[in-house]
This record gives sequence, structure tokens and C-alpha cells, in this order.
Amino acid sequence: MKNHRFDNRKYVIGILVMTVVLVYVIRLFQIQILDTRYRNSADNNALYYRTVYPTRGVIYDRNGNMIVSNQPSFDVMVVMRNVKNLDTLAFCRSLDITPDFFESRMADIRNVRKNPGYSAYTEQVFLAQLSVSEISDFRENLYRFSGFNITQRQQRKYSYEAAAHLLGDLGEVSRSEIESDGWYTQGDVIGKQGVEKYYESSLRGEKGTEILLKDAYGRIQGSYYNGEYDKEAVPGRNLTLGLDIELQMLGEKLMQNKIGSIVAIEPKTGEILCMVSAPSFNPSELSGRHRGEHYQELSSRADKPLLNRPIQGTYPPGSTFKTSQALTFLQEDIIDTQTRYPCTGGFSFRGLRVGCHNHSSPLALNFAIATSCNGYFCWGYYYMIGAAKYGTPQKALTVWKDYMVDMGFGYTLGVDLPGEARGMIPNSDYYDRHYNRSWNGLTTISNAIGQGEVTLTPLQIANLGATIANRGYYITPHVVRSVEGQDIPDSAFIRHDVNVDRENYEIVVKGMRQSVIDGTCRAANNSDYLVCGKTGTAQNRGADHSVFMGFAPMDDPKIAIAVYVENGGFGAVYGVPIGALMMEQYITGGLSEASRKKVEDYSNRKIDYGEEER
Amino acid sequence: MERRNVDIFGSIDWLTILIVLAIMVCGWFSICGASADLENPDLFSFATRPGKQMVWIICAIVLGAVMLFITENFYNSYAYIVYILLLLLLLVTIFVAKDTKGSRSWLNLGPVSLQPAEFAKFATALALAKFVDRFDFNPQHLGDIVKACAVFVIPMILIVAQNETGSALVYLAFLLVLYREGMTGSVLFLGFCAILFFILEIKFSPVSFGDQPFKLGTWLVLTIIQLLETLMIWLLSKDRSLTFTVLGIGLGGMLIGLAVSLSIIPFKVTLLQVALIVITSAYIVFRALKDMASRYILVAAFAVCSVGYLFSVDYAFNKILQPHQRTRINVILGLEDDPKGAGYNVNQSLIAIGSGGLTGKGFMKGTQTKLKYVPEQDTDFIFCTVGEEQGFKGSVFVLLLYLSLLLRLIFLAERQSSVFGRVYGYSVVCILLFHLFINIGMVLGITPVIGIPLPFFSYGGSSLWGFTILLSVFLRIDCERTTSY
Repeated sequence: MKNHRFDNRKYVIGILVMTVVLVYVIRLFQIQILDTRYRNSADNNALYYRTVYPTRGVIYDRNGNMIVSNQPSFDVMVVMRNVKNLDTLAFCRSLDITPDFFESRMADIRNVRKNPGYSAYTEQVFLAQLSVSEISDFRENLYRFSGFNITQRQQRKYSYEAAAHLLGDLGEVSRSEIESDGWYTQGDVIGKQGVEKYYESSLRGEKGTEILLKDAYGRIQGSYYNGEYDKEAVPGRNLTLGLDIELQMLGEKLMQNKIGSIVAIEPKTGEILCMVSAPSFNPSELSGRHRGEHYQELSSRADKPLLNRPIQGTYPPGSTFKTSQALTFLQEDIIDTQTRYPCTGGFSFRGLRVGCHNHSSPLALNFAIATSCNGYFCWGYYYMIGAAKYGTPQKALTVWKDYMVDMGFGYTLGVDLPGEARGMIPNSDYYDRHYNRSWNGLTTISNAIGQGEVTLTPLQIANLGATIANRGYYITPHVVRSVEGQDIPDSAFIRHDVNVDRENYEIVVKGMRQSVIDGTCRAANNSDYLVCGKTGTAQNRGADHSVFMGFAPMDDPKIAIAVYVENGGFGAVYGVPIGALMMEQYITGGLSEASRKKVEDYSNRKIDYGEEER
Repeated sequence: MERRNVDIFGSIDWLTILIVLAIMVCGWFSICGASADLENPDLFSFATRPGKQMVWIICAIVLGAVMLFITENFYNSYAYIVYILLLLLLLVTIFVAKDTKGSRSWLNLGPVSLQPAEFAKFATALALAKFVDRFDFNPQHLGDIVKACAVFVIPMILIVAQNETGSALVYLAFLLVLYREGMTGSVLFLGFCAILFFILEIKFSPVSFGDQPFKLGTWLVLTIIQLLETLMIWLLSKDRSLTFTVLGIGLGGMLIGLAVSLSIIPFKVTLLQVALIVITSAYIVFRALKDMASRYILVAAFAVCSVGYLFSVDYAFNKILQPHQRTRINVILGLEDDPKGAGYNVNQSLIAIGSGGLTGKGFMKGTQTKLKYVPEQDTDFIFCTVGEEQGFKGSVFVLLLYLSLLLRLIFLAERQSSVFGRVYGYSVVCILLFHLFINIGMVLGITPVIGIPLPFFSYGGSSLWGFTILLSVFLRIDCERTTSY
């Protein structure tokens, strides 16, 4: 059964096919025969494509000081196809390399396994990041080395010898990085750590391409169509950090010869004012041609200077943690400001004993915070975990854990730096596994005083200080305040409200103020503004860690700080004085004569850590 | 059931096979040119692209030969089952496939990866042929056409869900098949209007007219709608007074509005135009009811729907499309003359082709394509290599191969005795035509950059095998034609 009514339509389709082909033939005729500009470049290899590298974004601190900028560096490039009659010895001499190195380097470039983007027609990096003096000999003799060329690039220049961990470094892209992001080719640099890594896509900019005309001998004759078809490089975006570089340098000075961290946060904004990781190093050591050697050397040291301790180190918070306990007990009505617990040289109950130092007993919350009384918080914790309203210790601990997580512990805070650790807040499952489900407040009593299973990063401790300074909320702590010409998504700097009433925070603030007036933090007192603080003396395998957490001024907090000095002894020994100097520097914009002397004193104090791996 | 023994060797269309083999060979040489390194011209190693393509081609020939042994009867009986199986495979692919560059269309089967979308074309063509072959199918009947469209719209949706919009667009080629079978050309007319309005609206940016910004594109489209409305009502009614009324209110009102806007009070003429179209349409509906001529209503509906379409295009373009898709469209329309941005690839491809000149640079001598500045140089942009290395002569030769293939296939499709065979044959023709049109068009900077391969030519096993199956099924159907008609 065939319908012939529409048979004419076969002509419509046939004509359509012929029209398409005809139009394309005409188009081909136009671009291949008529239009001369393509034919002009028809000589083999007439066009030479050179990658134009963008300027990487520079980095400013919060006061507009340029801390990271760029300086010229030179790459020796090679187009394998054009390497002819090379005088290898002269070549090696001009670059100060051995002939063996030359052979192995050329083999590596040709090896598609090691260099996936290899093509004999395009420029490959032979040697990267040479300085002006290192390149000068080679540049003079360049005409003798056919196939080789020099590309000017940039490397990082650091105006201050500080903040190496936070800023991070640049290194040559690895093979896996090339494969996962087609933007890179071998020899390109990429942020490896810190801000350089986290903000890589903003800092790097866009590469351009320059199209040049070459003659038959490979000599550049000029640009193709006056650069009409070039693709300009787009410079990277500049960053402004919340960092105060002066404060950072002071912190690094104070932490000389010690291991530990200082983190300071502006409570209202969550901007990180300083982030000191000791031991530290000069950021320019990890820049340029000798990066590899320095990196090897730093990574083999026992005191692990490459570790960014403020976000990667997890420590027992010690007594600084008691503030979070006070808030939890107050909010859960376990205690009120009038509740008094006995402390006779510590907490003793059913044979368990947690020591404490000498002070009057029984005592109320305010005084318990000021004197950092272990007994008081152990009792509070014991009553909370045993409280009838929760039913079982498991349920009580879950409530407790939820408060801790709410305050920013146990999970990463989401700081804009790579490699943040989450610390540890134990939950009921954890104890059920370890104690076969039979445990209670006594078994886990060390949680009350920030010991035992609990660990925090110094950033989390500083963030606790910021939360108390804000009376109940924190903004996700972050390093970068703004990216030039680009909005940082709102989700990056979220305000997080802790589920504890403001009046309970006021009570804890008063306790921390009391601690500065006549408690463990007396050394932090300052006549110009009101300081609030809390010491910590964290027990561990070796000597105690010296910890301080505080903020100032009390009623309009500008800075919240955590100081953590490994094996520094009592909180008052290192933590309090270092914290006090940092707050003075930031709030008054400088240091008094007496304080300057103290800085010299503390920066010269050395803690002996021995040779043990840390 | 009668069982016929078909002499495949004797009755198969050798000319088609010869042309396809010639295309494959040209394709293979182009892939050598596009991907081989002059220093290691290791063309036959399995590790290189030419080596792999050689294997794909041999497999395709074997596959095509085997497919010839499956009878038309089988395809006719199992068309729907094959179709449903392929649909299920497409559906499964969405969830199983790994995300590669945003698309979820590749199935990993051990050492080989396959793209089910390439094989769905043949299944869809079978199902459509089977559907149109029904004795009660009436191409003039709207319901039947909608159902027939559903046959190819369903796989389209599934492929869009895999984020392969380009491959999905290919299925629009089936509209042309339905046109051959008697679907009213007005569908194609409407499609043409839709594309024309879209391009005009996007291409002409607002100009300053008087003191007001004046949307030139919108004005042009609205004026065309008014003219078409007048023309259509004249063709339908041959009623002079009605036609002049529509023309007078519509175009006259608009011209008066323009004059007023320019000399007295500036206002938005386009809004007036919309109002005029609504008024004339209302008048047409009124006359339709009065004169008992319900067909007039179609004209009114066309005018009003066109206006609605115009404004939704504006919205879709600015709100729904991704920025990179917007840029691509803009570059194609010549709106963004930006060789450094999205047009960079197309411009590189033009340089490569243009530098080929009349005779080309010779096999393996092309530099532009080898420098890796042409993207996808051995898949979607393979034609660049032909242009550069073989020049105008070679490019035209390849185009003529495709032209002869397509015309031969139209001839074969027309000599089928069954509707089933003819519809399937035209499906093959239209799919190949669409691929040719888009692929070479984009390389030549004429059509948008939609990533679909050049049939039997581009590198890649899936597309090669997909087209081989598509074609060999038709060649087998052709073997079994009864010549008496």
C-alpha cells in the first residue's frame, strides 16, 4: 500500500541536500581561495604560538600593605622539532648545568608519561624560574642555540619574612594536577599550600596566546595580523587579607625557639588577624628554583616546620575549655550563678581524684572560672551526665556533644585554607565501644577540663574566644577579606548562632574578666582597656602545654586570641604574657617601652624539645 | 510465514558501500594527520589514535556485514522491542555513567566505553518506520503526527538528561522524514519562523530612536508577524475588505505610532504593535465567527502565539541559558566579534582550513591542526585537517562523497515498496544530513558549535558503529525490496 501523493517531496529533500553542500563549497572557496589572509600564513610553520602568562594576583594585608607581589623570573623553553646542531657543551656551560642533566632533562620532556601535554611543535619548559643573573650568560648566547628560547615569567616576592604557612607557596604542577585541570601544562606553577592553593583559581588569571610569524629559519618576523588574533592574558585577581602583618610578625617573634600557635580573630567579622605557626620559616625559601631543596630540608626536620599547627595541630584545650562547660551547664540548668561546689585540693569521689590548686572552698561559678578550679567543673559535668532528665548517660552525653559541636568543635570550621583538621569531641558510641556500654560521668570526667579524648585546633580555641566575645555567635573564621572584582559567596562567611542564651555568655564573660583582675590571667591586665581571659594548662605525655584564650576590650571586642605553647608549663608562664602583648599591639597599634622589653625577653626564651619526632 | 532466501551478495547496493568505505578511508587518513606526531609516525600501533581507529573501522565492517544477515522481517517484528530496550539503556546510562566533562553518556564496559545515544538513532528510526507503516496512520491527522513525534522526542529527552544536548538535537531530523511522509509543511514553516524570530530578536540590539531606546529586533519580528498575518488572511479568505482592514489597523497603526513617537510624545512603539496585533486578531476571530470560517482562527492563533513566543525567547535567552551557551549563540550570530573568547576555536579552525589553499599542504604536513590549537581536532573538528592538508580540492571531494551518498540513499529510499522501508531509509538520509550540516557548518563558522561527529569520518568507535548499524539495516531492507511497483 503505497501513497504517491507526496512523492514530489523527494525533490524538496534532494534540493535541500544539494543546497547544503553547495553553500559549504562556496564557503570553502571563499576562505581557501578568495580570502588571502589565510593563504599568507600557509607556509609551513609560519605561525608560532607563544603562551603569554598572566600576572598572578598580589596579596595585601588588612591595612593595605603589599605582602606578596611578583618579580621577574625566566624560563628556558625548547621546541624539540627546531633543535638542530646544538653545541651541547657550550649550552651547558651557559646555563651552568652538567651534560648528564641536559640529557636526562631532554629525555623527560620527550617522555609522554611524565609530560602528557608533549608536542614536538610547541614550547616545552627546559629550565624554570631562573633569576636575572642566572639567565644573563644564556641570553647572550641564545642565537647559537636553535630551538631554545626564553620566556619571562614571574615568581613570588615577599615583602615580609612572615606568614609562610598562611600564605602558602607555589610549585610546579604535578602530573595529576595537569590531568585533572587542562588549564595547566608542564612547567606551570600552581598554589601548593595556604592561600595560594585555596584561592588558586582567583589568583592565577587567564593565559593568553600570542601568534607570531616565523620565517623558514624559525626566526620571529613579527606578530600575525598585528595581534588581531592574539588572546590577551588576563591578570589574576588581587586578594586583601584580614591579616595584620605587624601583628603576625610580632607573634612569630614571640614564638621563636618554641613550638606552638597563635591565632587571633576579629570577633565581629571572623577575619583572622594573625595565624602564627611555630617553628616557622621564611616564605621566600619555598619560592623559585631552589624550592625543591628547601622543601626537602624543611620536611625532614624533627620539629616539622611545614605543619600549619593552628589548623592542622589538634591539642587538648585544657582549662580554656571550661568556659564552654560553664555555658553548657548554665543553659541546661545544671548550675546557676549561685551554685557552689566543694573543692578540697581537687575533685574526689568514689576513689577518683582530679587534682586542683589551693583556693577557698566551696566556690561559685565566677570564682571557679577565675581560679580555673578543676573540682567545680568536674562536679558540674558529673551532675550533668548523671542528671535524671536525660535518662541515661548516653543521652546526656549526646546533649553535651551537641553543645560542643554547636560551638564549633569536633568538625572543621570551614576556614579558607587547605588541610584544616577537625579535632575530636567524643560521642556516646565512642565510649560504648571502649567501655562496653558501662560508663558514666566519672569515667569520662576529664572532658570537663578539656583533657582526655577532647582535642581542638588552636583555631577552634580562638573561635571559642570570638564566640564568647560576641556573646553567642561566630562568623566562619577566614583569612581572605576580599577578592578584587569578585564576590565571595555569602555561604563562605556565615554567621553561626550558638544555642546558648546571651545572659549565660555574660556570666562567663564576667568570670573571664575576674580571671584577669585577680585570677590566673592577672599578667594580662592592662590599664587602657578591659581584658577577659582564661588560662589553660594542658596535660600530655611531656611537660604541660601552656594555653591562653582571651579577648579585649571586654565591651567592644576587637580581638579574640588563642595562644598555645607546647610544653610551656602553666598557662600563666607563656600563654598569658604572649597573649597580652599581642592584644596590646593590635588594640593600641604599638607597644609600650616595658612591653618591648618583654618581647625581647620572651622571644629569647627557648624551650628544649629534644630530638624526638613531633 | 513465507521464508525468502535473499541473495545478499547479488542484490546489495554496492555503490553505497563503496562510497562509505571511501569516506572511512579519507577519515582515517585525516585522523593520522590530526593526531600523529611527525617524529614517531607509528600509525599502526594500537596505542595511537590512528591505530585505534583502524581497529574500530575493521570492527565496523565486520559488524556491518553481520547485520546484513538479519532479515527485514526481524526488524519489522521487533522494532518496538529494540526501541524500548535502547530507551531503557539510555535511561540506565543517566544513572550509571560516570560524569565526564558534565555529560553522563558513556557506559564503561570493561576495556571499551560506548555511547548508547549513538545506537538509539537506529532504534528510533525502526520504531518510527514501524509506527508510520501502520495502515491507519494519517500524516494529515494532528494526533498521529504528535504520536509519531513522541517516538523521537522521548529519546531526545533522555539524551538531554545525559547533558548531551548536541546529540539530542539530531533527532529533530526526523521531522523532515515526517514531512516526506505527508506531514503538513506548516510544521516546518513554524519551525523556520521560530528560528528566524529568535535570530532577529537576539541579533538586533536596541537602538536609540527619538529619545527612547528602541528595540529594533522586536520591532522587526512584530512587523513580520503583522505582514504574515495579513498575507495568511488573504490566502485563506481572498476577502479584500478583511485583508485591508487587518493591514490598515496593523501596519497603518504602527506607522502612525512611529510618527507620533518620533515627533510628538516618545513611547514604546513595540507595545503599541502588540496591542495592534491583539486587536486585529480579535477582529479576525470576530469575522471567523460571523462568516462561519473557523480556519481564520488559525491565523489569529498564529499571530498571538508568535508574540507570546517572542517574549518567551527573550526570557529564555537571558534567564534560562547558561552564559557560555549565550556566548556561543552570540558569536554565531556575529554579535560578539570576539576571536579571543568563544570564537577563538572557530577562528583557529578557519585559519587551519584557510591556510590549506587550493591544493593543501599535503598529507601529514598540516601544522595548524597538529599544534593543538584546533580543539577536538580528530573528532568534531576533523574537517579542519582535510581543509588544511588536502586544500579546497580535497574538501570538495569529501563533500561530494557525502552528496553522492545522500542522493544515492534518497534514491534507495524512494525505490522501497514498503512504507516501513521508505521511512527507515529517509531516517538514515535525514540523520546523516543533519550531522553533515551541523558538523561542517560549525567548522566553517556557519552553524553553532554543537559537538556532533562527522559520520564515518570522525575518530571514535561508538559513532562509527552507530552509523554502520543504521546504514547496514537499511541496506538489508533494500535487498529485500520487491521491485515491482
